[in-house]
Amino acid sequence: MYTQGLIEPGARPAGPEAVPEDAERLQRFEQRIDAEEKIEPKDWMPEAYRQTLIRQISQHAHSEIVGMLPEGNWITRAPTLLRKSILIAKVQDEAGHGAYLYGAAETLGVARAELIEQLLSGAAKYSSIFNYPTLSWADIGAIGWLVDGAAIMNQIPLCRCSYGPYARAMIRICREESFHQRQGYDITLALARGTPAQRRMAQDALNRWWWPSLMMFGPPDAASMHTALSVRWKIKRFTNDELRQKFVDFTVPQARFLDLQVPDPDLRWDAQAGCHHFGEIDWREFQDVLKGNGPCNRERMLARRTAHEAGGWVREAALAHAAKRRRTPVAA
Amino acid sequence: MPQSGAEPRWPHETATLSMSQARDWPLYEVFIRARGGLDHKHVGSVHAADARMAIEHARDLYTRRQEGVSIWVARSTDILASDPAESAALFDPARDKIYRHPTFYDIPKEVETL
Repeated sequence: MYTQGLIEPGARPAGPEAVPEDAERLQRFEQRIDAEEKIEPKDWMPEAYRQTLIRQISQHAHSEIVGMLPEGNWITRAPTLLRKSILIAKVQDEAGHGAYLYGAAETLGVARAELIEQLLSGAAKYSSIFNYPTLSWADIGAIGWLVDGAAIMNQIPLCRCSYGPYARAMIRICREESFHQRQGYDITLALARGTPAQRRMAQDALNRWWWPSLMMFGPPDAASMHTALSVRWKIKRFTNDELRQKFVDFTVPQARFLDLQVPDPDLRWDAQAGCHHFGEIDWREFQDVLKGNGPCNRERMLARRTAHEAGGWVREAALAHAAKRRRTPVAA
Repeated sequence: MPQSGAEPRWPHETATLSMSQARDWPLYEVFIRARGGLDHKHVGSVHAADARMAIEHARDLYTRRQEGVSIWVARSTDILASDPAESAALFDPARDKIYRHPTFYDIPKEVETL
């Protein structure tokens, strides 16, 4: 999942106290949330809940769509036909995840075209991780293992999100995401067991993707302003730091098995706390990439806009064809 | 898909819709039969220019891992849903009619196969 920490300070949703809506309905809504009931599209919900979900789900959808670009870059250069087939299937899944999520967002009363417009105009954000380049084949392994691994860590709790359509989309996505992570580890494992040059490639990819992967969980809890309300309304079940810690604890032994070095001199097992202690994250880099100054921000947006514009005639032609078919009665 | 009655209005022809909606294909709800013998179940939605394309998109989107053997699609605007605000009026009357369930009746043990 690719949404945490992307919400702009100016777009902060109003708290329930700021919503001039029926207090009784709000109370009933919160009782349902407390009772672990799911909220469905036609149910009454506070405007802040609706807006938070639209923003989170659409940012998540945009991330899936932009996420196709760094990996699509390697489809024509995959080392074997099998790896190529796998990568095509994975990229196709990302498109599917985007579609499930746009669909979930639309149940909240926003049109998909409007959301896509927000992405293309630069008004909406997507995950910072996709603004890093994929320089070698080993990066495809690192993305699956680390980026999708971090995504799964974030997404599994979202399967229990209080909003029904989002939770259902996430269940479907999580089922598919496991394939993504395992194929990534499989690529990295093959390289780690390969020639010295292949090992160097795998290590280099880990060096470049490790820190951006940790940033995917969003800013530290102390600096994250959306956590409290999102946790109360069960949009979010764990804080950024809790999930990040879990990711580190899961991933470090996986790196050890590969005999690769996690690029963090401060990383050590803290026996007393029962978890890994890890080094300081460069949050300036994170903010900078979010602001649009990552290595590939401009390239990604240009690629999306070009693809959208180039596909315009297809969308129009399909509508014209459908209109023609409706005018000509045929046995359908 | 059989169509009857008034010609459906298509978003790109409907002046009252917002500009952004006007640029998107209509929305279809998708129902999939997972295996022979099961009901079709709602799985989500797709945008498509027409019903035939909606089935093609639904196939690409919802059955990439053999999740279905049959697909239904219906225009989202053609589905009328009950109002959650009226759910008490709709569903509560069934609550006190426990005599509709077989477990309501105490049958003496001696009576078999009932």
